[in-house]
Amino acid sequence: MSNPQSRPEVPVEHSGSGPLDRRDFLRQALPMPLGLLGLAAGGNSESSAAPAAEPAIPSGYKASEHNYAMGIDPNRCIGCGLCAEACKRENDVPREPFYFRTWVERYAVRASGATVVTSPNGGIGGFPDSGETGVLRSFFVPKLCNQCAHPPCVQVCPVGATFQTQDGVVLVDTDYCLGCRYCIQACPYGARYLDPRTHSAEKCTFCYHRLVKGLLPACVEVCPTQARIFGEATQRSSPLSRFMRFNRIQVLKAHLNTDPKVYYCNLDGEVR
Amino acid sequence: MRQQLTRLFIVFALLVAALGLARRFLVPPTFGELGHYRAAAVEAVAGRKVEYAGRLACVPCHEDLAKQHEAHRHRGVSCEVCHGPAAGHTADPTEKRPSAPRQRGQCPLCHGYNPSRPTGFPQIEVVSHNPLKPCISCHNPHAPGTPRAPEECGACHGEIARTKAVSSHALLPCTRCHETNSQHRVSPQLSQPSKPTVRAFCGECHARGAAGSKDIPRVDLASHGNGNICWQCHYPHHPEAK
Repeated sequence: MSNPQSRPEVPVEHSGSGPLDRRDFLRQALPMPLGLLGLAAGGNSESSAAPAAEPAIPSGYKASEHNYAMGIDPNRCIGCGLCAEACKRENDVPREPFYFRTWVERYAVRASGATVVTSPNGGIGGFPDSGETGVLRSFFVPKLCNQCAHPPCVQVCPVGATFQTQDGVVLVDTDYCLGCRYCIQACPYGARYLDPRTHSAEKCTFCYHRLVKGLLPACVEVCPTQARIFGEATQRSSPLSRFMRFNRIQVLKAHLNTDPKVYYCNLDGEVR
Repeated sequence: MRQQLTRLFIVFALLVAALGLARRFLVPPTFGELGHYRAAAVEAVAGRKVEYAGRLACVPCHEDLAKQHEAHRHRGVSCEVCHGPAAGHTADPTEKRPSAPRQRGQCPLCHGYNPSRPTGFPQIEVVSHNPLKPCISCHNPHAPGTPRAPEECGACHGEIARTKAVSSHALLPCTRCHETNSQHRVSPQLSQPSKPTVRAFCGECHARGAAGSKDIPRVDLASHGNGNICWQCHYPHHPEAK
C-alpha cells in the first residue's frame, strides 16, 4: 500500500532484526496492529467516498459481455510514434524515456543475418533515418501489454493488486500495489514499469477508462494508418474479427502459453 | 485432561476470533467480490480522465471540414492525430482550443523519408523538399494531394533514383524499362508502371551479339540463369556485373 501511513512501520520491522532487547522490541511491536487497523479504516473511508460522485462505469456497461483484443498489422506501421505519444498523454505516463505503456520498435535485419532492434524514446518523435548500410530489410513493430488470457504477472502478485477483469483486461490496483516489482520481472513482454511517483506497478490498460465509455484506446484512436485494430475478440461482426479472418495471425512468444490477446499479422520471423 | 482440552479450545476459539477480526479490518471492503482483487479498483481505473475525445466528437460542430476530410485520403487520420487531445475542447469549446500545427514539424513525422516505412507510403526528403516552407502553403491537410503532378520519377522514388544515379545504368531513363501511364502521376497506386517480363528485353543490350558498346557485359541468353527473368537475380537499378 502506498499510503503514507504505512511508511513509518518499515524501519520498525527492520530495526527489530538488529541488536534490540526484548523489552524494546515489544514496546515497538505492540502498536503495530493498531497502526494496521488504522490503515484498514483509512482504506474503508477512501473507497466508500469514491462512488458518491458520478459512477466511473456507466450503468449500461456490462463487463461480462465484452472480451477485448487488439490486432496489429506491422505492414501498415509507418513508425510515426504518435501512438506512444498519445498513450503518454492519455494515461499521464512519466515523460522520461524509460516508461512506456506502448512503444514502437524498428527491426533492421542486416545482410549478415544479425537483427538490430531500436526504439529511440519509444518511437515518440519518429525514427531518424540512421543511414546505416547493409540492411536487408527493416520495418516497425508496435508493442504493448499483450493482455494475456493467462497472465504471468497476475499469478505472481503477492497481494492481488493486479488482476484480470471480466472483460479480459489486465489492470493494476495502484492503491493496493506494494511496489515489489514481481510482476515487472514476470512479464515476458517487458510491458510493465514502476511509476516513480506512486511506486506502484503500471501498465497498459487498453485505456479501460475509455472502453467503458465506448471510446477506442488512445493509441488506436490516433494511429493514422490503422495499423492497430481494436474490438471484441469473440464477436463476429467487428473490425477485429474481420482482421483475424483475413490475415494470418500470430502472437508474441506463443510458446509461453500466455495466450496473448494482442494479435499480429504477417509478422517477420525475427520479431520477438 | 478435560481442563487442558477446555483451555486449548478457548485458545483455539480466541485465535479463530482474532483471525476473523483481523480479516474484517485488514481485507479491503470490496476484495473478493469479483475475484482475487478489490472490485473498487476497476472503478478507480475506469474513472481516470479522458484526454482524447474520439473521432466522432468533432463532427457535429465541424461538419463542413469533416465532410471534406471524409472524402480524401486522410479519411483514416482522426482529427486528434494532428490537432492533439481535444476532450478539454469538447467540454469547453471557447476557452480550450486544440492546437493546429502550421509549421513544418508535424507532417514529416509520417511523411518524412524513412527506408523502414512500407513501400508506396507517400514520403518526402525533408531537407530537399521545398526547404523551410510550411507544408500547408502547398498542401491542404484536410484534402491532401500534390499541387501539381511531379515531373520526375525521383520526386517519389528518391531511393531508386539515387541508387541508379551511381550505377552503370545511370544514363538509362526510367521509361527505358518501365512503361508508365500518365495516370500514374495522379493516382500512383491505381495505375502502376510495368516491369520487363521477358529475358529478351534485357537481351536487347546484354545478349551475345547485341548492338552497343563492347563494355556492356553480355551473356548467352539460352544457357544463362535457368530461365529466370533477369531482375529476379540482378537488381537493375544497381547492377553488380561489370
